[in-house]
Formats: sequence, C-alpha cells, structure tokens
Amino acid sequence: MKGTPLFHISKRAALPWYQSWGIRLAAIILALAVCALVTTLLTGVSPIGVYVTIIQGSFGTVRKFWVLLQELAILLCVSLAVTPAFKMRFWNIGGEGQVLIGGLATAACMFYLGNRLPGWLLIPVMILASLAAAGIWALIPAIFKAKWNTNETLFTLMMNYVAIQLVSYFCNVWDRKGSGIVGIINPNTQAGWFPVLAGREYLLNVIVVAVLTVALYAYLRYTKHGYELSVVGESERTARYVGIKVERVILRTMLLSGALCGVCGLLLVGGTDHTISTTTAGGRGFTAVMVSWLAKFNPIFMVLTSFLLAFLSRGSSQIAQNFGLNHSFGDILTGIILFFIIGSEFFINYRISFRTGGEKEGGSNA
Amino acid sequence: MKKLIALAFVLILAVGLFAGCAKKPAEQPAGQSGGQSAAQPAADVKVPAPVAAASDLEFENDSAAADAAAAKKDLADVLAKVKVGFIFLHDENSTYDKNFIEAAKSACDSLGVPYVLRTNIPEGQECYNAAAELVDDGCNIIFADSFGHEDFMIQAAKKFPNVQFCHATGTKAHTEKLANYHNAFANIYEGRYLAGVAAGMKLNQMIEEGKFSADEALVGYVGAFPYAEVKSGYTSWFLGVRSICPTATMEVTFTNSWYDEALEKEAANTLIQRGCKLISQHADSMGAPTACETAGIPNVSYNGSTEAACPNTYIVSSRINWVPFMQTMIVDTAAGKRLAADWTGTLANGAVELLPINEKAAAPGTKEKVEEVKAALIAGTVKVFDTDAFTVGGQKLSSYAADIHDMGDYTGETEVISGGQFQESIYRSAPAFDLNIDGITIIDG
Repeated sequence: MKGTPLFHISKRAALPWYQSWGIRLAAIILALAVCALVTTLLTGVSPIGVYVTIIQGSFGTVRKFWVLLQELAILLCVSLAVTPAFKMRFWNIGGEGQVLIGGLATAACMFYLGNRLPGWLLIPVMILASLAAAGIWALIPAIFKAKWNTNETLFTLMMNYVAIQLVSYFCNVWDRKGSGIVGIINPNTQAGWFPVLAGREYLLNVIVVAVLTVALYAYLRYTKHGYELSVVGESERTARYVGIKVERVILRTMLLSGALCGVCGLLLVGGTDHTISTTTAGGRGFTAVMVSWLAKFNPIFMVLTSFLLAFLSRGSSQIAQNFGLNHSFGDILTGIILFFIIGSEFFINYRISFRTGGEKEGGSNA
Repeated sequence: MKKLIALAFVLILAVGLFAGCAKKPAEQPAGQSGGQSAAQPAADVKVPAPVAAASDLEFENDSAAADAAAAKKDLADVLAKVKVGFIFLHDENSTYDKNFIEAAKSACDSLGVPYVLRTNIPEGQECYNAAAELVDDGCNIIFADSFGHEDFMIQAAKKFPNVQFCHATGTKAHTEKLANYHNAFANIYEGRYLAGVAAGMKLNQMIEEGKFSADEALVGYVGAFPYAEVKSGYTSWFLGVRSICPTATMEVTFTNSWYDEALEKEAANTLIQRGCKLISQHADSMGAPTACETAGIPNVSYNGSTEAACPNTYIVSSRINWVPFMQTMIVDTAAGKRLAADWTGTLANGAVELLPINEKAAAPGTKEKVEEVKAALIAGTVKVFDTDAFTVGGQKLSSYAADIHDMGDYTGETEVISGGQFQESIYRSAPAFDLNIDGITIIDG
C-alpha cells in the first residue's frame, strides 16, 4: 500500500455535453468567486459590487454595449481568420502581424489615393489591397512550410515583429514632423472612411463579421475545401493517400487565413480608427488563438468565447476605473478567469482516480 | 462524484493561484516607480496647502467685484456641478504619466471636485471611446495627456459641444477654432535650461578634478521622437549646459517610443560607450537613469525625481507642474467662462519647476547658480533661445518660418525670430523649435 500513489491521472472517454459544460460552468463560477475575493481583499468593495461593475462595463450604457459589440466583432474576426489554419494543425500565431499588414495596406490606399480616386472606386481598392497584402503576408510562411517544412509557429510569430516594424516605419514616413503618429487620415474629406450605417459607427463591422462567421462555418463544415483541410490536419499521410494535394491545401488555407486577418485590419482602419499605429491590432492576434482554441475551432462557439473575452476585458477595465486601481489589475482578473477556463479543460479530458475508498478509510486513524 | 472531485481540484488551483495573485498589485507600484513613492494607485493624494491657497487666489482675481468670502461660496456652488475626466496614455510606471496623474488628483482634490481617471488609453479610437464614456459618466471637462490623443479629442469635441476638452502637448486648437477644444503646454524649455545649468556645473567640476579634459566634455541625450517637443527640450537643455561649460558638445539618440525601458537603457549605454560624461533624457521609463546609476554616470532627469532609485547619479529634474493649468481650466469651466485655445505655463505661474537638487551628486554651488539664472530668466535678462547663443550650419539665425499652424502641410508659415530670440511657445503653447543647432550631433543613421 505504501507504493500506491494518492491518485493517478488517466485520459477519459468523451464526456456527454452536459457534463463537460457543467465543468466549464463550475470553473467560471469559481473564477468569478476568486476574482471577487481578490478584489474585495484589496479594495474592501463587496463582491456584489464587483459583479455589478463587471456587468456595467459592458451593459452600463448604450455606448458601452456598442463598444462591447465592436470589441466582440473585431476579436471574433481575427479568431475566425486563424481557425482554418488551426484546423489544419498549422499554428498560425501571426494574426497580429497579418491584421497590421491589412490595416497598413488600407491606410496606404487612404493616404496615397484618398484624394485621387472617387469614393466608389477607392473603397473597393482598399478592400482588395488589404486582403491581398495580408493574404500574401500569411502565404510567405505557408510557402516555407509547404516546400521546406519549416516551423510555422516560429515563422508566423517572427513575421509579427517584422509587420510591427513596417507599420512603425510607415508611420514615420507619413508623419513628417517626426512624432511617429499618423493621426486621423483624411479628417476633412473623410476619403476612404466606411459609411456609418443607421448612425451606429460599429454596426457595419458587426454585420460584416456576422456574415463571415456563418460563411466560415459553412466553408469548414460543408465544402470540399473544408473537408480537405481537416483531413490534412488529422493526418498528412492519409491526405496524401487519398489524393489530396497537401501543399496546395496549406497554401490555399493560409491565403484564406491571411485574407480574413486583412478584413480585420480593413475594418479597424477604414471602419473605426481611420489611422494606423503599431497598437492597432492591440494584441488581438494572440487573444484570437485562445478564442479559437476554447471554441474547439467551431465558428459558432467562437461567438460565445469572444463574447466572454470581450465582456471580461471591458468589465475588468471598469473595475480598474471605478475603484481607482491600476489598469493591470483588470488584466490580473482576466488572467484568473482564463486560468480557470483553460484549467477546466484538463478535468474534461482527464480522470483523476484516487486510491480506493476502503484503503483510505483504513488509513484514517492517524 | 467525478464532478465533485473535479470541483475540488479547481478549488485547490484557485487557492494556489490566489496566493500568487494577491501580492501582485500591491508590489507593482513601489517596484517600478523607482521607489520614489510607495503610494498605491488607489491611494488619495492629499492636497498640499499652497495649492489650495493658489486656487483661492486665482478665484479672487476672477471676480474683483465680490468680496472673497461670498466669492468662495459662489465658487463652491458652481464647482459642485463639475465632474472631471482624465485620459492617460500609460499609468504610474511612466514618469510623464505619473506626473500628470498626480497633478490631476491634486488639482481636483484641492477644488473638491469629483473625477474619473482612465489609464492606459492608446492613441486610437479607444481615446475617443474613453472620452465619450467619460461624457456619459457626466464629466463636463476632460483632459488627455498624450500628443497622439489629439485627433480623437478633437473628434470628441466636435461630437460633444457642451463638454470642454483640454489636451496637453497638442498643436491644433488654435487652427481648429472649436470653442470647447484647448491645448496646453508649459515653457519647459526654461526648466530644461536650468537643469542644463546644473549639468554644466557638474561637467566643470569633473573637468577640474581631472577626470577628462574640457574638450572631452561630451553629454548624451536619449530622446523619444525626433520632433519639435523633444528637439526644443534637448536644445534648451544643451544651451543651459553650454552657458556654464562652453566646450560642451552633445550626442542625441532617439528610441521612437515614449516608453520602452529596454530601448532607453540600451540607448543610454550606447551613449556612455561613445564617451558621454553625463546623460539626460526625454523618454518616460527608468531605463536611462538606471543605466547611468549602474555605470556611475551623472544623470539629469525629466518630469520626476529619480533620486530614490539613483541616489549616486541623479542630479536634478525639471518638470511641468500641470496643477495650475488644470485648476484654471476647471474653475473657468465651472464659472462658464470661455477658455483660451492655448494655455502656456511659465516659471512665474508655477507650471515650470525644477525639483530639489541632489546635493550628493551635484557640484557644489549648483543651487545658488541655478537660483541666479532662474531669477535672470524671470527678469528676462537671460533668454534661452537667444540667437547669439547658437548657430545653425555655422550661421547666426536671423529668420525662420516655423510650422505653427499644423495643417498637415509641413511647411513653415510663421516668422518666429524676433527681439534677438526664437519666440518659443508664443504663437501656440506646444514647442516649435525643430532646428538642428551646431554642437549637437544626432547619432542615429
């Protein structure tokens, strides 16, 4: 008996959906409890106040709700973009850079062509330019992967830093004062600014991303392309055996992944910010990895996971603001919640078996 | 049962995590702000008595007719309707933002008005959203502290005409001509000049001690971005140095970021390796000061004392005291007065400050010399950008068209040389001096 460990961990068969979602729900509830505890101990505010503040952060006013929708839409857009690559087991963590390049191409069109092309032509040119630029940016690591089997994780990661430097370079070219800040592009003519629908500046973004979500779901689930890339993901050899041209699938999928990131850059620069900086993507390229992963690469579930992340981030910054805490405090709370959610996946996939009850009881006299 | 066990484990994780997390927020401010203040971000800054007195004084000036007591009551009444919002690019870890945040708390507390602080707001649509949310929260006057916030503050000002928007360091208020959008800056070049005098004294002391010859009196400067605000700052500092140590020359390097601790440290180390005997900086992290402390190189800081972290090398720091600016704007907004497009702080109105000198690192007699020059600056007998004090391309400057109206055309349109000096911060509050004077070498590229 001495040699028997207290418990051991084993992989378990798939749980029924209600059990796995039960575990996830429990994790979220526990995470909220811990967050409340941390906040209460540090600030002396009641836990109820903390929860109310989190909800206020997203639903406090109509504007906050629209900002939440915007954050959700943009994060979801990047998450959708990286998903086809992930399904193919191609770890594209270059979303950040691809979004920036898409945004940079959009900004370049607005900057150079803004006052030369008529509006009806400028916007299509911007769309084409951003999709193409970001697609090509994503295609570069894909070519290296397909031809020479390079490590795509490192390659796409490094491409982010190249993209950030490129944006930084162009900011300095476009702002000749030397402050490195482009400012709002075409503030007076508004050339290349996307139209505001129904007086809601984020509505267009929300609609575009909603359409993309459905389209990507259909693409992955019902098309031959979608099937091929999941076969490549499951087993490259099987794919080759059944006659799928693996290189072609890799290139095609990354082109799509990049182009979708380009859409995100386009919406951010043409639709909302009307400027470009190294922080335009704001780390969403990395958060998207988590969104996509937590949703098990299902575009519909991703709406939920990106809602959760956007909601938490808005809520935690509201906590930081209302209680006069450093902004990093909000990040700590988000970190706690994500830790629990990711941790809960462990309990969904693995079983923990303790020593049998009888033995335990037998040893309890000490 | 399985679920119960799973829950138990999640709980264990929770407890472990909590133990780790609870410490973080408490530790952070003290560790990164250079130990100069152990105050938590949440802690209220108590109003220093002189500040409160200053606001009374201001008020007396504003309403000459009423007697002081009744006026004070009126002021309290109008101030009761005011709520102030603040937007900061970074948080207290940046010396620039820390200075601005502390001024915000101090100004609002002294007037007894409620306020909301929003830190870490990037220079993009987030700035507009933050401003709009502050309006939703009932703020009547909103301040933003970073150059890149300007376009988004203007956007907000156009959208909310009944709210006053005050933007520090911006350039466009006088051309946008919005009734509710205002720029502010201070004649910090005077403060820089005084800090330069202290640095010059140190150089002379080291030369006298035989540490290096007068010809080797090279100083270094870590700048953020190569544009007028930074250029005006280092040029005035250098002119201060050279007024005391005539053989001094300077090398400048830019990090192209307002806050990048690693880059700033690296830049300072590069300058030290190139033979710089003294360093100053206009970038907001502790990177350059700590590099100097490690290397034993004297350092002149900006926007806050770094004495606690660098006790052996910190000489002095100039800074902008934003409190008078904020108080004026808040009181005038409350009183329903129209605010000027530009507000410029000076040595005289208390917005330009030199912090106490670190006697341990400074040369003997620095304090007296600085006081002497300060008096001369206020009296106008010494001018920082005196055209006799510097040359550009070997020539004395007799005419220069500066790009005062920042319309995106990048062409100078305003003659700024008159009365034997470059008229800095006269035509707009933000600095416009962007010339490369002889004696200063930019070492990038």
